[in-house]
Amino acid sequence: MALLQIAEPGQSAAPHQHRLAVGIDLGTTNSLVAAVRSGQATTLADENGQHSLPSVVHYAKESIFVGDSAQAQSATDPKNTIVSVKRFMGRSLSDIQARDTQLAYQLEASENGLPVFVTQQGKVNPVQVSAEILKPLVARAEKTLGGELQGVVITVPAYFDDAQRQGTKDAAELLGVKVLRLLNEPTAAAIAYGLDTKQEGVIAIYDLGGGTFDISVLRLNRGVFEVLATGGDSALGGDDFDQLLVDHFKQAWQLTNLSAQEARRLQIEARRVKELLTSHSAVTASLDYQGKLLSCDVTKPDFDSLISALVKKTISSCRRTLRDAGVTIDEVIETVMVGGSTRVPMVREQVEAFFKKAPLTSIDPDRVVAIGAAIQADILVGNKPESDLLLLDVIPLSLGIETMGGLVEKVVTRNTTIPVARAQEFTTFKDGQTAMAFHVVQGERELVDDCRSLARFTLQGIPALAAGAAHIRVTFQVDADGLLSVTAMEKSTEVQTSIQVKPSFGLSDTEIATMLKDSMKHAKEDITRRMLAEQKVEAARVIESLTAALQKDSGLLAANEHAQLQTAIAKLAATAEKDDVDAIEKAINDLDAQTQDFAARRMDNSIKAALKGRSVDNI
Amino acid sequence: MNYFELFDLVPAFDIDTANLAERYRDLQRAVHPDKFAHASEQQKLLSVQRTAQVNDGYQTLKSPLRRAEHMLSLRGIDLSHETTTIRDSGFLMQQMEWREMLEDINDAAEPQDAVDALYDSFASYEKSLFTLLSQLLITAAEDDNKQAADQIRKLKFMAKLNDELARIEDALLD
Repeated sequence: MALLQIAEPGQSAAPHQHRLAVGIDLGTTNSLVAAVRSGQATTLADENGQHSLPSVVHYAKESIFVGDSAQAQSATDPKNTIVSVKRFMGRSLSDIQARDTQLAYQLEASENGLPVFVTQQGKVNPVQVSAEILKPLVARAEKTLGGELQGVVITVPAYFDDAQRQGTKDAAELLGVKVLRLLNEPTAAAIAYGLDTKQEGVIAIYDLGGGTFDISVLRLNRGVFEVLATGGDSALGGDDFDQLLVDHFKQAWQLTNLSAQEARRLQIEARRVKELLTSHSAVTASLDYQGKLLSCDVTKPDFDSLISALVKKTISSCRRTLRDAGVTIDEVIETVMVGGSTRVPMVREQVEAFFKKAPLTSIDPDRVVAIGAAIQADILVGNKPESDLLLLDVIPLSLGIETMGGLVEKVVTRNTTIPVARAQEFTTFKDGQTAMAFHVVQGERELVDDCRSLARFTLQGIPALAAGAAHIRVTFQVDADGLLSVTAMEKSTEVQTSIQVKPSFGLSDTEIATMLKDSMKHAKEDITRRMLAEQKVEAARVIESLTAALQKDSGLLAANEHAQLQTAIAKLAATAEKDDVDAIEKAINDLDAQTQDFAARRMDNSIKAALKGRSVDNI
Repeated sequence: MNYFELFDLVPAFDIDTANLAERYRDLQRAVHPDKFAHASEQQKLLSVQRTAQVNDGYQTLKSPLRRAEHMLSLRGIDLSHETTTIRDSGFLMQQMEWREMLEDINDAAEPQDAVDALYDSFASYEKSLFTLLSQLLITAAEDDNKQAADQIRKLKFMAKLNDELARIEDALLD
């Protein structure tokens, strides 16, 4: 019975017990999983010695293939083979179709406009496809490490918005994997790099992947990785370079009306040409088209002129991000290159010219993100209580709410350190008004239509008062994963108003529940069993940390308070022995309510303790 | 919330920012959600809330303008939702002149140079406002507080100008 072990939160329950946790780089083109083993973070290989898994999912009639085996089907069965699904995450179908008109898939819109792939196995959404990619990585990790994972850290582009982050988290939760943290890819790279070189100062991470571009500027100082600013484009990457080559070939060969197979073959050929051009000055492209063999030569200057506008765009982002960070180019001691697309020579040349120094590429740009995520996972799961590593990340895009006339009022500005909470007050404008509607958007522009819609929600249960008499305080909170939550309270009556958030480009709770059911064979029992297991784990966690807290800070409690909490702990422990989900949940909530004050006192205490050594130098 | 108390500092406009940053890191180590990744939901939530406070406190104390405003609000003068207008006609003339210069940037032969020149003039003007503000905030005398509030209002105008300039520069880069 491990319930009553004594440990500090964040510490391992038993000192010698190593908790299993991994970092996963869920990439547009390739995905990786890494873990810390014997103090060293490394990526994990599959049974064939392959580290990276192509992020491709093939829906065959009877089964689902992921990785190389799916890749092999890409050219022959493009309709049932989903590539670069990351570019669909948190996007509406109309967004996607506006960007790319030649998708080989059969797409449908879900109820709220999200893309759904119609495959021969039925309809699947981007969250489900992403879960399929995660599945073999988790299995690989559990096999290699020899046990069940306690949690994972999944990396996301720093420039991902709320909907894209939520979608990524949903994918992991669909698999039943606990997400310890969503970690920004450039920040992950900075950890791997910073811990490797022990450098201190300002560094820039230039991360150009298959589908996304991020630039992050960080200050490294005694174990603290502070992101000063981040910028980028969540729809710019190597795939776009491929697309430019595709367009070039189409023009050169005068191709119109390509079949889905031909289009996919052309795409594959474009990628091959791009990759060869990193080490060759000219490459001959060819395509077997309706019995004819078409060919054309592409030189490096040809390719450079095709992509130069996109590369220039990334450099503009670098300039803007440095300005947001408040640092000059000369202050940047190192530029780190991350992502497969930084192998393109022109990218390296331009980055070097802009930062006036050769970028660092000593850590494999394909693996550095997964390695950083593994280091963070190892710490978060509690294997390194002594670690002084601390990540302070920022929100990449401003959060705002719609006001009169379709304008945006910013609530949280971009590059604010997270977690962040901002309260805003609103008043009713009609007598007896009991509800109020809000529209939350993300982006930098002044008009709602130019920003991304995140969610709409309605405040209900506002006490009926005269117009302007009800003051509603709405708190927007962004957690360490960069995810938004909203709470509201009417000030004079302290009535907590209920909020129904309807994500604009995300899945609703019911959709997630349906997906969960679909993903399980014996739906009902499995879900109940899973919920019970989750509640039991949470109960154990609550008891464990409260017991430790009582041990350490009993001085903050009166004798009778102490005794009351002991009784409550025993009650929860007894309830958790039985298999009643609702009863366990209720017991946890009861205990939470009773300990709220104690928990707050402890937190205040640790704040005071943290500054104890510093009071002397405050004169 | 008194952020000077949170950071265990004596309320003053002139603070040692390096020391502030050290305190910020100490506090972060005590409250950050990464330290509670394996704790109960209640502790996680509490950690997120406290960290948000620490973050906001740091941003407030780090920015000279927000620090000054915070000092005045602790003295009972809240400038966040006010609508008081500035009557200093010399200042207003200068604002209009700068606004016109902002509009002319796109027609300049070298727009980036025009942007840089404006950044410089804004910065030097702000510096003079801050020097005065710093002296006014030493005492908590009513008249000094009033004058300090005026400086803060002017600095807010300058912040808006700077935002506007940054937006124009962004458009140039695209």
